[in-house]
Amino acid sequence: MEAVLGRIGLWFALLLLSIVAIVSAQDSGFAAHMTIIAIVALILIWITAACYDPLAKAQGMFRMPEGPSRYDDDPIRWGVLATIFWGMAGFLAGVFIALQLVFPELNFEPYLSFGRVRPLHTSAVIFAFGGNALIATSFYIVQRTCRTQLAFPGLARFVFWGYQLFIVLAATGYLLGITQSKEYAEPEWYVDLWLTIVWLCYAAVFIGTIVKRREPHIYVANWFFLAFIVTIAMLHVVNNLAMPVSLLGSRSYSAFAGVQDALTQWWYGHNAVGFFLTAGFLAMMYYFVPKQADRPVYSYRLSIIHFWSLIFLYIWAGPHHLHYTALPDWAQTLGMVFSVILWMPSWGGMINGLMTLNGAWDKIRTDPIIRMMAMSLAFYGMSTFEGPMMSIKSVNSLSHYTDWTIGHVHSGALGWNGLITFAAVYYLVPRLWRRERLYSLRMINWHFWLATLGIVFYAASMWVAGVTQGLMWREYGPDGYLVNSFVDTVAALEPMYMMRAFGGLLYLAGAVIMTYNVWMTLAGKVREEASLRNAPHDAEKDRPITAVPAE
Amino acid sequence: MADKRIDEPTGTEFVGHEWDGIEELDTPMPRWWLWTFYLTIAWGIVYVVLYPAWPLINKGTEGVLGWTSRGELAKELDIADQARMSFRNALARVPIEQLPANEELMQQAVAGGNAAFKVNCVQCHGSGAAGSPGYPNLNDDDWLWGGDLKAIEYTITHGIREQGNDGARLSSMPPYEGVFEPAQTNALVQHVLSLSGKAESNPVGAQIYADNCVACHGANGEGDRAQGSPKLNDAIWLYGSSREEVRRQILQPRMGMMPSWESRLDPATIKMLAAYVHSRGGGEDFVEVAEDPAAKADEQP
Repeated sequence: MEAVLGRIGLWFALLLLSIVAIVSAQDSGFAAHMTIIAIVALILIWITAACYDPLAKAQGMFRMPEGPSRYDDDPIRWGVLATIFWGMAGFLAGVFIALQLVFPELNFEPYLSFGRVRPLHTSAVIFAFGGNALIATSFYIVQRTCRTQLAFPGLARFVFWGYQLFIVLAATGYLLGITQSKEYAEPEWYVDLWLTIVWLCYAAVFIGTIVKRREPHIYVANWFFLAFIVTIAMLHVVNNLAMPVSLLGSRSYSAFAGVQDALTQWWYGHNAVGFFLTAGFLAMMYYFVPKQADRPVYSYRLSIIHFWSLIFLYIWAGPHHLHYTALPDWAQTLGMVFSVILWMPSWGGMINGLMTLNGAWDKIRTDPIIRMMAMSLAFYGMSTFEGPMMSIKSVNSLSHYTDWTIGHVHSGALGWNGLITFAAVYYLVPRLWRRERLYSLRMINWHFWLATLGIVFYAASMWVAGVTQGLMWREYGPDGYLVNSFVDTVAALEPMYMMRAFGGLLYLAGAVIMTYNVWMTLAGKVREEASLRNAPHDAEKDRPITAVPAE
Repeated sequence: MADKRIDEPTGTEFVGHEWDGIEELDTPMPRWWLWTFYLTIAWGIVYVVLYPAWPLINKGTEGVLGWTSRGELAKELDIADQARMSFRNALARVPIEQLPANEELMQQAVAGGNAAFKVNCVQCHGSGAAGSPGYPNLNDDDWLWGGDLKAIEYTITHGIREQGNDGARLSSMPPYEGVFEPAQTNALVQHVLSLSGKAESNPVGAQIYADNCVACHGANGEGDRAQGSPKLNDAIWLYGSSREEVRRQILQPRMGMMPSWESRLDPATIKMLAAYVHSRGGGEDFVEVAEDPAAKADEQP
């Protein structure tokens, strides 16, 4: 009882503090955020008072299994649910802004204008959907590959809920117009500080678990997770160094200015891609692909070389976002050269993933989860080829500032990050909720095809749009004057934008099917359906690709 | 390495580690992968020797080719400038009145004006120069301030109702809010619309028009370019031709402004813009204006 009272007191103090902050706030955005914190504190008071275990009720709602388990899976279950929830929110926001670009009437000023919903979309899919997937899978994988439970279980729960608070503050901040105008790092100083605390706790839980492992070696997935956690901490702190205008206002000024600011921002921005969306998701791949395929990892040596070369090279590649700008030539050259050399180290992960299926190729036909993983690796390979190519200056002079970049990002994000996450969710849900199998395997197949078709529509239309745009911008007539006005190029892209929105809609539809499938699995239902494995199997044709003898 | 186990389907050795059931094979790195990796590194080394690449204490290495992005831009601009130099010089020498006589020069001016229009003018006048409510259509032959080359050039140079520009074209329609009874206003609207045959005239409206409007808009609504007052007897209406819109324009007139471009664009570009706008279809000759006694010649230079 004393403990409960103590906790209530603590939340009450936070509530008072935030009310003081609301009253003396200098701008309405900060006041709104403090209101959110106050509401959270109020809810926590109520929950603490209502029951000793604040999550018991919610766990019942999501039918989380009780009783002893070998690993600490509770925060992971919450993480999987959060992944699906934020994924849906992020995809929906994406379809909405895609439609805004075709139908400008959909800009509802000021809260739902394109400029505000666009960062909401990017952060929701990268940090909320991707971030929750990474935290959940890293907790799942690190326990199993270290044969131990999570270190600091209380802290692990704080990491999960603290991260959700970060997401809510960031998302509402975008709609309220609170931004420090750095792409993928829009949240203001106090939200950044909060994320720093959460992230350091995350690092403590993860590293603590590795330290107390009962395995002699650290598995390759954990190397990638470590690289991801450590580097993101560094990137986040450095890029967000800022001086608040007031401790009671949402505005701050960056520690950097001019081209230094731009370079720091893209050092951060590109490595968010490199360490969040590549290293972190490769870690997921390195666990779930061999587990689902039930095959050994293709090459240990390749995993060492491609890991170290990837993390060494990626950190230099950021300046390729600033080709032909005020950035000094030498920095542009380095950004381009390291990006091109990065090509093979990136492909190392694709080879190791795809070739792990060697000896189980037939599963691509019979197992929709494996199919999803294989497609995800294919998109990974494609976008990590496209990236180095676009970093070459002469290509970049055409592609920069066009929709080609958007197409490139989405073939990576929808194809690689999205599909591997969906596959991980499908792998995790029956195991975490102790179900015999998922509600439906055929629905995974539907999800796979809808998502794949959606990506093809999306990426193909944006490639065409981007190249069209780039060529129209630089088109000169025989007299030496530009042929097109900017608005001409916008008008030319409209059909492409329409197709992109359609692709996004297909992708969203696939995710809706996943949500339904997961929900029914949680409810303990199993759909009666024809097996996916009843296609005739020709053992003759299903041979592994035998290794070419090394010279 | 006592037990060197072999993976059955692929015939490869295991490394010997195991985590949660996952093992690793000791497959050598694919040769094509390794050699492509070496190749990109070798290319990278050559590239950083050729181009500016490494930061030193005061500045970066310059690369043996001596290439800089600024240098490249300067070279490209130089080539483009040289190509246009003779044309620009010729354009600067010719007074705009004589431009149509030099057909080749006129053609080039129109092409250049087209490009400049797309950058500077489409925001208000539309990419086809067709305007929109409040922003004049430049394709028709209805001109508020005159449609010959010189008048257009003057408008572009000085702008319309631009504060702080002494030469700006100025005109102002007084607001009549509260001056007339509603019935009188209706009658006036009716009369104004009758000038272009859209309604029947009436004595009350005609009287109010004669008392208040004739000075600027003329007895038959023919307008006056000297004052920039619009024609009311044609089908072209800047702020709309419905009764409601005409009433609003009488009671609370809106008057657009156009910025002056003399401080933003060089005289040659303004000349090109004038030539382009003139070429859109409604351009008037000096001769035609001078010979037609009914129309006033543009007094403003």
